[in-house]
Amino acid sequence: MSYNLETAEHPERLRRVAIDPVSRVEGHGKVTILLDEHNKVHQVRLHIVEFRGFEKFIQGRPYWEVPVMVQRLCGICPVSHHLAASKALDIIVGARKLTPPAEKLRRLMHYGQMLQSHALHFFHLCSPDLLFGFDSDVTRRNIVGVAAAHPDIAKQGVLLRKFGQEVIRVTAGKRVHGTGAVPGGMNKSLTVAERDELLKDVYRIVAWSRDAVHLIQKVHTQDPGLYNSFGIFRSNFMSIVGHNGDLDFYHGSLRARDDNGKLIFDGVDYQQYDKYIEEEVRPWSYMKFPFFKSIGKEHGWYKVGPLARVQNCDQISTPFAEHERKEFVDYAGGTPMHAPLAYHWTRMIEMLHAAEVIKDLLHDDDLLSDNLMVEGERRMEGVGVIEAPRGTLFHHYRVDENDLITMANLIVSTTNNNQAMNEAVRHVARRYLHGREITEGLLNHIEVAIRAFDPCLSCATHALGKMPLEVELVDPEGQIVHSLSRS
Amino acid sequence: MTAPVVVFAVGNPSRGDDAIGPELCGRLAEWLGSEGLADGVELIEDFQLQIEHALDLKGRQIALFIDAGLRTPGPYTFRRIAPATGMALTTHELPPEAVLQVYMQTEDGEPPPAFVLCVRGEEFELGAPLSPAVLSHVEDAFTLLQSLCRQPAPTAWEQATA
Repeated sequence: MSYNLETAEHPERLRRVAIDPVSRVEGHGKVTILLDEHNKVHQVRLHIVEFRGFEKFIQGRPYWEVPVMVQRLCGICPVSHHLAASKALDIIVGARKLTPPAEKLRRLMHYGQMLQSHALHFFHLCSPDLLFGFDSDVTRRNIVGVAAAHPDIAKQGVLLRKFGQEVIRVTAGKRVHGTGAVPGGMNKSLTVAERDELLKDVYRIVAWSRDAVHLIQKVHTQDPGLYNSFGIFRSNFMSIVGHNGDLDFYHGSLRARDDNGKLIFDGVDYQQYDKYIEEEVRPWSYMKFPFFKSIGKEHGWYKVGPLARVQNCDQISTPFAEHERKEFVDYAGGTPMHAPLAYHWTRMIEMLHAAEVIKDLLHDDDLLSDNLMVEGERRMEGVGVIEAPRGTLFHHYRVDENDLITMANLIVSTTNNNQAMNEAVRHVARRYLHGREITEGLLNHIEVAIRAFDPCLSCATHALGKMPLEVELVDPEGQIVHSLSRS
Repeated sequence: MTAPVVVFAVGNPSRGDDAIGPELCGRLAEWLGSEGLADGVELIEDFQLQIEHALDLKGRQIALFIDAGLRTPGPYTFRRIAPATGMALTTHELPPEAVLQVYMQTEDGEPPPAFVLCVRGEEFELGAPLSPAVLSHVEDAFTLLQSLCRQPAPTAWEQATA
């Protein structure tokens, strides 16, 4: 847990390698690597090149607009923002505890989101690297290549994601820009027809999710030399955990452990998160660096997401996923696994859990109930926390007496993982690039490390004609001596 | 019944000119309704193209992808596209050609004839409205869309690409 390689002593004497944008992640990211004349790595940074600015954008808006507006933060997991904002605003409208049907409907929506996002990530962000190898032909190393070589896996990936999107559509009203959750509850329940339509497919979804766990388990355990060490660094980790220490994506209290698995804090009401977590600003990145106050910024940073959650909980409430969790814990040898590529394995365990929870919820008639709203004593401030696909997501709002937002603070999953991703990139640069001629395959190793965390680096924006991946080697005088690009 | 034409309109309404796709989608929905053509065209609006959109191509006679363009020719380009392997640099924003390719691989058949309408954008700032410079691009593109929807046949659309 150090800042090794974050800042070089004499950067003016070094060559600069820029990977911009990082491919297969949302928005724009940039990795800069400063090398000397012997290709020795002196500085590695993962930059965020686009300022999010969403907190300012929300200020001055009526609070009831926020759950819909924040979905535009991310085109891949809008539901996470929708629900985190709704949970924060529940507090403001005095709805600290929702009706059981409302909470179950929100859970269904959220677990549909987890399922579709994890399916997308595994089958379409990471399986190209895992199935073909990091050095394979770049033209094959994408979902289209996966579809060509493994049509069954690709088709399952498409249908798993489609199912998750359908769960979202029936609970939120639309596939995107849904309005299902409102401060104090939900504005719609399921119809019998909607529930039955999902029930028809859910057993197949559970079966495919089990297959996906077994696939990644096989890939991981067949090459432990690579998968247990690639990009590895030790760190604290954090997530919310549910009642009795269960894995819970929707609600719970904050729990953090150190790199050996020892509790740092537990049972923390997330309304008090700012007493435990602080965000540091560094001049070279727009993205802040959060850390645990009790430990300090040098050693108090942490990782979040599937690898943290599966190892932070005491058990998983659904049988198939719990079986797979135990397999994973046994493989790790009873101590926390820190290898970034283990994110993929744990992500699939979570996808299986999401599928099982969806199956169970679909058998609960509360989903058909109209008892969806509660209200209570109005408050001026609220915090909502949820476990989004990429990790813990905080939404914190204050409102005035005119119901307008006066303050918004969002700590998104990728921000929570900021230092962790930088550490993974530095480890890979040191291990694979140090002293070697830079090739596309070597640079992809950097991206493999980043993709393991599934970062979301910017608000959802998309346009045809965006710049392809570009790599430039720049000498100490600032002259480009070599460049690589993908188009 | 599956509409013979599917139109994918891509973009984030809160990101300046990235809203070109949703803007055209909204206008098109209104116009199709007023012209009595709504049954023939299904409109799908989304932030980004994704793999599951390949499933929306099933049973179509024509597909159209509308998106904003960054540093692309103005006011718009309109072209026929084909399935393409290896064009996707990112999977979070799958290119239209890759959606066609995923269709081929997962459905084991040829996708419908597909076209891209790429309307040049200028500013993509968070919270910004459509920039003044692109309003005329949107008008021009909408005129083309009306013409295409009146003649929903691949040969007629091919001629419009010239």
